[in-house]
Amino acid sequence: MAELTMIQAITEAMATELKNDENVLVLGEDVGAYGGVFRATEGLQKEFGEDRVFDTPLAESALVSLGLGLTLEDFRPVVEIQFFGFVFEAMDGVAGQIARHRARSGGTKEAPILIRAPFGGGVHTPELHPDSLEGLMAQTPGLKVVIPSNPADAKGLLIEAIRSNDPVVFLEHMKLYRSFREDVPEEEYTVELGKASVKREGEDVSLIAYGAMVQEAIKAADALAEEDISAEVIDLRTVSPIDYETLVESVKKTNRAVVIQEAQRQAGVGGQVVAELSERTILSLEAPIKRVTAPDTVYPFTQAEDIWLPNKDDIIERAKEVIDF
Amino acid sequence: MAPKKKGFDPVKTLNEIESKFEMYQILDKEGNVINEGEMPELSDDELVEMMTRMVWTRVLDQRSISLSRQGRLGFYAPTAGQEASQLASHYALEKSDYVVPSYRDVPQLIWHGLPLTKAFLFSKGHFVGNQFPEGVNALSPQIIIGANYVQAAGVAIGIKKRSKDAVAITYIGDGGSSQGDFYEGFNYASAFKAPAIFVVQNNQYAISTPQELQTAAQTFAQKGLAAGVPSIQVDGMDPLAVYKVTKEARERATAGEGPTIIETVTYRYGPHTMAGDDPTRYRTSDEDSDWEKKDPLVRFRKFLEDKNLWNEEKENELMEEAKEEIKKAIKEADNTEKQTVTQLMENMYDEMPANLKEQHEVYKAKESK
Repeated sequence: MAELTMIQAITEAMATELKNDENVLVLGEDVGAYGGVFRATEGLQKEFGEDRVFDTPLAESALVSLGLGLTLEDFRPVVEIQFFGFVFEAMDGVAGQIARHRARSGGTKEAPILIRAPFGGGVHTPELHPDSLEGLMAQTPGLKVVIPSNPADAKGLLIEAIRSNDPVVFLEHMKLYRSFREDVPEEEYTVELGKASVKREGEDVSLIAYGAMVQEAIKAADALAEEDISAEVIDLRTVSPIDYETLVESVKKTNRAVVIQEAQRQAGVGGQVVAELSERTILSLEAPIKRVTAPDTVYPFTQAEDIWLPNKDDIIERAKEVIDF
Repeated sequence: MAPKKKGFDPVKTLNEIESKFEMYQILDKEGNVINEGEMPELSDDELVEMMTRMVWTRVLDQRSISLSRQGRLGFYAPTAGQEASQLASHYALEKSDYVVPSYRDVPQLIWHGLPLTKAFLFSKGHFVGNQFPEGVNALSPQIIIGANYVQAAGVAIGIKKRSKDAVAITYIGDGGSSQGDFYEGFNYASAFKAPAIFVVQNNQYAISTPQELQTAAQTFAQKGLAAGVPSIQVDGMDPLAVYKVTKEARERATAGEGPTIIETVTYRYGPHTMAGDDPTRYRTSDEDSDWEKKDPLVRFRKFLEDKNLWNEEKENELMEEAKEEIKKAIKEADNTEKQTVTQLMENMYDEMPANLKEQHEVYKAKESK
């Protein structure tokens, strides 16, 4: 075991797979000698060479399409989009091409591409760096979308995602990169895609979250415990497909749920979670399922992040609403 | 008032650059060799094979249009007029090369090894049409104009990484050259010195929009300058010229010297697609007949007849064979088993996600009724 930050765990996962499989390539803007704008690929080019870890011209559309092209020569590209707000430039490549590649070839071709990108608020980045756009990806058939909330999950999920023969969008929350350390096993291991994790067991309300909102939900659960409210915290880990089995089991036990996301209310995957839970657990519910989300505006100017981003207090408030319903 | 004297003259620079892009030709429209020194090395058999493919494809186009009108084909983008551009460029390739076509480039796929029945199934909208046989190095026709350019760059970079003796070739139209992916594609290939051939088939119109409305550039070939890519404009109605420049682009590419852009100046006689386009709304019959005089089949036929390699009887026989083959293939396409929703689901992922597994059960039950 080593105490790692999430970004160190991510680097370790990429190094593991670069070592395990010579078809794995790491590419993107400034991922080579520079080691990435967040140091996620630090040291990888030095260890594995310029053929395996390399920089590209500054153009996201060609970048993700380079990933797709490389799969035709049996490579397994790990493509970095520098900030996920820039995915609009590559939206056809990701959603119009990569996601459809297997189906449009009638199952004869695969796109084992992993797209990594940082996102997420609370670290005062400029415009279109922090936007939560996982909803766009989750609405795209053909992709799997993973959002880890801690170092140990990040390593296991990333190794699993690189090994997946299906395209995976792997979103890394910038606030979680170095905000805490955690024991991460040194050996290689995987965490199954599409499986949620129960972070904390509880009896009274299910708090369903992902990304940076998992930490907020845990803080909220701590505060609620002081008022004798027992909250179960579930980390989705994969936002497409969503592990409804785990969610349904939890809600059937607690009979109440709050779905929490950093994205705007009209975005993210919260609406989808509520809809599915309504269909699957309506007879167990003691109260309507509520959501904690950001307001339906553009992502705020830096100075307004604190008043805009959802946080533990919003979660506590919603949890009490469903309990007092 | 006389213009102020300037120390620099950007207009002069532009004019000088544009004047360098002269159209490359070998055969004139009467079938005479006007550039003897440039004749490609092709045996008599190879010359006949090129003509055979062009005639065969002209028949395919005529039959496809009428099958489409009868409702026996679906989406179809006519190719008549572009045989030299499509097939002479393809003829310069090897089986190991990767074809990344646009929606109009079905003929190249067929000659690269895609069975005709599958080409018809693509038109009809059946997934079996896109299940390419092993060893046919190609992607399905790309509908998103420009996407094939960036993908071709990726394929070429992959080929280079594997040190293969092969190239990626991709095709776009004049309108497509206005897309961002057009530029990104050849710029990436150039930066990586990747073995790619980027063909711009300038058939004068993007649906109804003439090339002057796409760009003020005098040629599409010169766009390669922006990325340091050697580029040439070629008479796209001249099979020998198209073959020659493609062959040389391939040689440069496999020698590790990077990509080439080839603008083929050509014309489509038919509509943009069979989905209701009516060319009489945007071009004149005079224009059509001017281009018909430049027909690649007319000039190549004349060239081969002068060499005693071709005659009417041979051509008629070939056309009959083509019609028979087409008839058989469309019948096979018609008889292909209908698609199911569960098949579509099964083709989505290697590892089917939970949502789809649930839906798969539902549709499996429906389909077994």
